[in-house]
This record gives sequence, structure tokens and C-alpha cells, in this order.
Amino acid sequence: MLNKKDLLGIKELSVEEINLILDTAAGFKDVIGRDIKKVPTLRGKTAVNLFFEPSTRTRTSFELAAKRLSTDVINFSVPTSSVVKGESLIDTALTVQALGADFIIIRHSSSGVPHLLAKKLVASVINAGDGTNEHPTQALLDAFTIKEKKGKIERLKIAIVGDIIHSRVAKSNIYSLIKLGAMVRLIGPPTLIPKEIEGIGVKVFHDMNVGLKDVDVVMMLRIQMERQGKGFFPSTEEYSKNWGLTPERLSLAKGDVIVMHPGPMNRGIEITSEIADGPQSVILEQVTNGIAVRMAVMYLLSGVKR
Amino acid sequence: MPKELMNKKDIDRALMRMAHEIIEKNKGTEKLCLVGIQRGGVHLAKRLASKIKQIEKKSIPVGLLDIALYRDDLNIRKEQPVVRRTEVPCEITDLKIILVDDVLFTGRSIRAAMDALMDLGRPACIQLAVLIDRGHRELPIKADYVGKNMPTALSETVQVQLKEEELEDRVILEKK
Repeated sequence: MLNKKDLLGIKELSVEEINLILDTAAGFKDVIGRDIKKVPTLRGKTAVNLFFEPSTRTRTSFELAAKRLSTDVINFSVPTSSVVKGESLIDTALTVQALGADFIIIRHSSSGVPHLLAKKLVASVINAGDGTNEHPTQALLDAFTIKEKKGKIERLKIAIVGDIIHSRVAKSNIYSLIKLGAMVRLIGPPTLIPKEIEGIGVKVFHDMNVGLKDVDVVMMLRIQMERQGKGFFPSTEEYSKNWGLTPERLSLAKGDVIVMHPGPMNRGIEITSEIADGPQSVILEQVTNGIAVRMAVMYLLSGVKR
Repeated sequence: MPKELMNKKDIDRALMRMAHEIIEKNKGTEKLCLVGIQRGGVHLAKRLASKIKQIEKKSIPVGLLDIALYRDDLNIRKEQPVVRRTEVPCEITDLKIILVDDVLFTGRSIRAAMDALMDLGRPACIQLAVLIDRGHRELPIKADYVGKNMPTALSETVQVQLKEEELEDRVILEKK
């Protein structure tokens, strides 16, 4: 049982809790594959998507997950809310709670915002991405997809490629994959991988041709265009030449390697279209699995009595 | 001390009789599909299917149904029930579904199971087979095939133990 009212990060979860979420998600995957993709489980509950950063896919995925559980959803997006009138973050969250929200799904550009709100609110807080800290449901859906494709996670060689230092997706995945027993490799330019990260049990490679050797899973990260010209890498062309995933590079991995990407992709920069649309890509399955995993999270959090 | 209501042989005989009754009432095995409720009902559904095959020499599909997402007590339970797989191997629309469970008690699980089934399709009919009917219905539900009727007190619990769960086949009655 998940004895928590909030999902703040993978760092805060035990291996048992991660596995419980993944096992529960399998039951929800059945539901979303049917003609009638809806169950009455959480009817009468309300979820509010409180997004202080633009997002289409994560917000839509949470919205669908809630709707498939018969929960009502409100999207509270920043440009139309009183946040622009200067209402404080906590006042906004308290207002949303007073409107009757049982779940507050939050994305914010500052790390730690979900943790702060979780202390102030009775409602369940779900972290949909906070600054450069974590994006736990992305890591859970990635783990679910790997488990579905490979049957296990333990002992797999998994490479995460790209801008590790700014990526909350990478951070949540590193925590989760280490807890689940994978052998994690980080590949990217030295400017984009935190120094001394090897101390937590991952291997760092700056040469992609070495790092990809014999891996079971390649997770590509989106290169954030806004980082260009800030000294992290010389140019997108240069980045692509050294750390872009091409068919030649992918052939260094195991024959049955799977390729993942959290989206949105920069085709032709970190990944070629040939791979993104190829047989080894599980990118669209990640999207589908995201709904099942988010349903599982909402279901399990709602079990905590307060 | 727990009291044994049925032993291995009793369970086997009851299931054999139920298999005959199912075939008799449905005039054969055409359009039949057995659906067991997770978890005890699943084992019993598989056993019934193999007995029916023994008698009629015909295989009928067996599905498993998880009712956790359809329960009516999610708001009052201490813990969320474990969500298990639902796997029904065929389109259930127009089939005659025999829902199988181990113990029929308040009828609330069966209500949840019927709602879950209806979301999978529109069966021609739903019939209910249970190994034990212990009474105390809270909903207007009754079984079509019963292994054993066993009047019980609310203070008692009935447990069906099966070898598929690594226990010896038997049904026991215990005081809470």
C-alpha cells in the first residue's frame, strides 16, 4: 500500500512503492485498451491541473487519466488566473483546494514547489515537474515501458543521453532505475553532466560510441534550445554530430535495444526520424503508458485516509 | 477452532455437479464463457471449464475479472484494494457469461462484477455460479449454481482454500 497522500519525487519512494505503482498500472493499461475506456473508481473526486509552465502532453495525459477514473478535471492555467494579478503561490493553491480539489497536479519552474504545497494542503499533491528537480510520473511510465518490453529492469544496461544537468526527467529516471537495479550510464558533453555524479552509482561517458556499446535501452533527452548560446555546447549542429542518435550509433547497442524519448522531440538534432519512427522506438507506447501510470498514481494516493 | 465445511472430495463433487447443471441449463456449451472473479473465482472457473470439457469434450473460454475498480466501498475501506488484471479472451457481446466466485455473501462483489462486465460488452445473459452461498444478501442477487448453501452468522468468516494458492483444498468456517 502507498502510505502517502502526495507524489513528490522518486527520491521519496521505496522500491516496494515503485513496484506497487507499476503493478497497479498494468491493471489500468487493460482499461485504456478497451472500447469503454473508463471506470467509476474515483467518481465524485476533483483534480486540478495547476500548471505554471507550458505543457501540452503531460497536462493532457493527467487530464485523461483523471477522466478515465471518472474524476472531474479543471485546468488552471497561469495566463488566465489571478496569478498574473499577483496572488501568491500558496494562496492560489489554497483557493484551488477550497474549490473542492482532491488532487492538485502541479508543474512549476522552481524546484521544491510541490513539496511546499504538500505541507500546506490536505489535498493530494502530484508533482508534474518542478524546476530541474524531478518529474516522477515520467520516470514511472518509463520504468513501466521498459518492464513491459524487457520483462524486467534489474541488470539491464540503460543509457540516458543528453542534457542531464538541467533535466528533471533524467534525475527522476536515475533515481528510479538505480532503485530498480539497472546499470545506468549517462552520456553527454562534460558541460551537461554534473560533476561527481558517478558517486551515486552511475557511469559517465562523453563519447557516445563507447557509451552505447551493448546497452539494452537508450533514453534520449530533449536538447533544450533555450540553452543554446549559453556555453553548454557550441551549436546544435555540433551537438547533433557528437551526441545525436543515428542508425550507425544505435547499431553499437544490443540487437534488441529499445529507444525512448520523453518528447517533444527535436527531429534531426538529438534523434533522427529514421530511429524515432523505426521498429526499435517505443516513444508512442510511452505516451499511452503514461495514462495508465498516472491513473495508478491517483488511485493509490486516494487510498490514504486523512 | 475453525470448522471444516467441505473437504477436497466435497469440493470436487460439488464442482462436477455444477458443471453438469451448467451444461443442462444451457443445453450444451454453445456461446458459453466462464468468467472468474479475482482471485478465488478464477481458479474455480478454470476447474469448472475442465470438468465441462471432460463431460462434453468441448473447450469453453475462461476469463478473469478484477472488480477492484468497481467496488462501492472505496471511500470507506482502510486500504485501496490491489488492482489485478482483467483478461477476458473473447468479445463477450452476445455470449452467455457464467460469472464464478468462491463465496456469495452480501452480493456487492457480484454487483461490481456485473458492472465491470457490462463495460466490456453486452452479454446475452449473465448467470452466477458460487461454491458457497453463506446468506446475508444486501442486494437483490441470487446464484444460479451453488456448490453448498451454508447459513452463517455475521460474526463468522468463510474461507475457501485452494491448491492453486498452495493450500489444501477445503472450505473452513471461523469465528471472527
